[in-house]
Amino acid sequence: MNLYAVRAIYRFEMARTWRTLMQSVASPVLSTSLYFVVFGSAIGSRITSVEGISYGAFIIPGLIMLSLLTQSISNASFGIYFPKFVGTIYEVHSAPLSYIEIVMGYVGAAASKSVLVGLIILATARLFVDYHIVHPLWMLAFLLLTAVTFSLFGFIIGIWADNFEKLQVIPLLVITPLTFLGGSFYSIHMLPPLWQKVTLFNPVVYLISGFRWSFYGLADVSVGISLAATLGFLAACLAVVWWIFRTGWRLKA
Amino acid sequence: MSVDREAGHAPMGPADPVLVVRALDKTYASGFHALKNIDLTVRRGEIFALLGPNGAGKTTLISIICGIVNPGGGSIEVDGHDVVRDFRTTRSIIGLVPQELTTDAFETVWNTVSFSRGLFGKPANPAHIEQVLKDLSLWDKRNNRILTLSGGMKRRVMIAKALSHEPRVLFLDEPTAGVDVELRRDMWAMVRRLRAGGVTIILTTHYIDEAEEMADRVGVINKGELILVEDKAVLMHKLGKKQLTLQLQQPLDALPGALAAYALELGANGTELTYTYDTQAQRTGITSLLRDLGQAGIGFRDLSTRQNSLEQIFVDLVRKGA
Repeated sequence: MNLYAVRAIYRFEMARTWRTLMQSVASPVLSTSLYFVVFGSAIGSRITSVEGISYGAFIIPGLIMLSLLTQSISNASFGIYFPKFVGTIYEVHSAPLSYIEIVMGYVGAAASKSVLVGLIILATARLFVDYHIVHPLWMLAFLLLTAVTFSLFGFIIGIWADNFEKLQVIPLLVITPLTFLGGSFYSIHMLPPLWQKVTLFNPVVYLISGFRWSFYGLADVSVGISLAATLGFLAACLAVVWWIFRTGWRLKA
Repeated sequence: MSVDREAGHAPMGPADPVLVVRALDKTYASGFHALKNIDLTVRRGEIFALLGPNGAGKTTLISIICGIVNPGGGSIEVDGHDVVRDFRTTRSIIGLVPQELTTDAFETVWNTVSFSRGLFGKPANPAHIEQVLKDLSLWDKRNNRILTLSGGMKRRVMIAKALSHEPRVLFLDEPTAGVDVELRRDMWAMVRRLRAGGVTIILTTHYIDEAEEMADRVGVINKGELILVEDKAVLMHKLGKKQLTLQLQQPLDALPGALAAYALELGANGTELTYTYDTQAQRTGITSLLRDLGQAGIGFRDLSTRQNSLEQIFVDLVRKGA
């Protein structure tokens, strides 16, 4: 295992976070604060509670998940796309690195950044509402698992993309709508019965439900199913990454 | 076509190959047949120049050896290790300076060179990085972001990155393309220093004078085929032609018919005669030419000879292959 290389890639990627602190950290924190102001205070003041939880506290897991998914994808996709775009990827290809080490470096850094953002949002939420976390270890486990899984997904997008527009297509047109419709701001039990069934086809429902369960012990779907869905998506992403490196698809001529 | 590098070759001491390419073939997905059955051996510690016109296959060959492009058929060994099976070993031995100036524009010189060392599996060694930067006149720029550097300085950064992990085989792909004369001379000096330290250098270039100045051996590749591998001196001797130039005492309007067999060129307003001859021929024809000139009453006040350059040899080879 070339741990020096994994560390080099990881530190190199994390260095970009510190160079672009406003964009990497301050921006998601600001937008989340705005969500709290608009949904938590303005609209939430008219909704007393959801399943016994104050509305402001109820939306915290969904808001964290929203940022976690978009940050994981954008960090990882940009991390691998940029070297492809400027040509510095030659160095990664010519280095004594296995694809596992390449993934560990890039995906590890992307996941770290998004977990950091998630934890900052969690701390920011304390400024607006009181909340408690019933299963803190499960909360961290869901946080890490989701960050790694969607960073892998972002890594795949970064390899697939051949222009900057494609980098944005999946996060903007797929992930964000699915997150909004996946129970970030409501319980799916608040939907009419037909829409409750339709919503179950949205994979993000399972992520948010499991994450919310770790906070308040409440879930729209069984936590076991949530965990299985997340692990299933992780396995699918790992399989695609393995295939990409085996064939050199979009990486090597 | 393949060329055995040992065939017809003057011995240079015990055979100690550091790079062995066997029957290497590469066809891109587009159908472009970039390399055709290449056989090549490069000896440890030599400077090997791979010459060829644009699109000949030089960069593809290097890219496959370094792991950037997937090989088609054939095999490659670096220091006795297969580049696919033992890729960790071979890649840690190799350093690559690519043709394009591809750098992390927002990083500092120090960080990007240190990153390269880590990437190649070496622990941090600030003393080595410092030495490399000083050797390449980059020490004063170590804290500068790469985007603030000139093109020549960026080229030095690329070399520093390639040397950061102390490679034993260094590939320089068009190292002096677009650089000024001073930097070019500096690079040549650096390459010689590296070779003196035991590093094998393989450079691709289409600047013939670069190969002529630096290389121990020369390979010529054209349209994906390695058409020749030879010691530079032997190549120039074997294929080289010389020119005899005579400064005439009296200008000539035209050449006498008696001299037509010599294919002379009359130049400089009729005051200069040039005769091209093959140094490898049994008879150069110089003696008979001078005799016939005397008999024709043409006197000369001076004469000089000139060896054909590697460039002329290269052009002739590529033309033949076309």
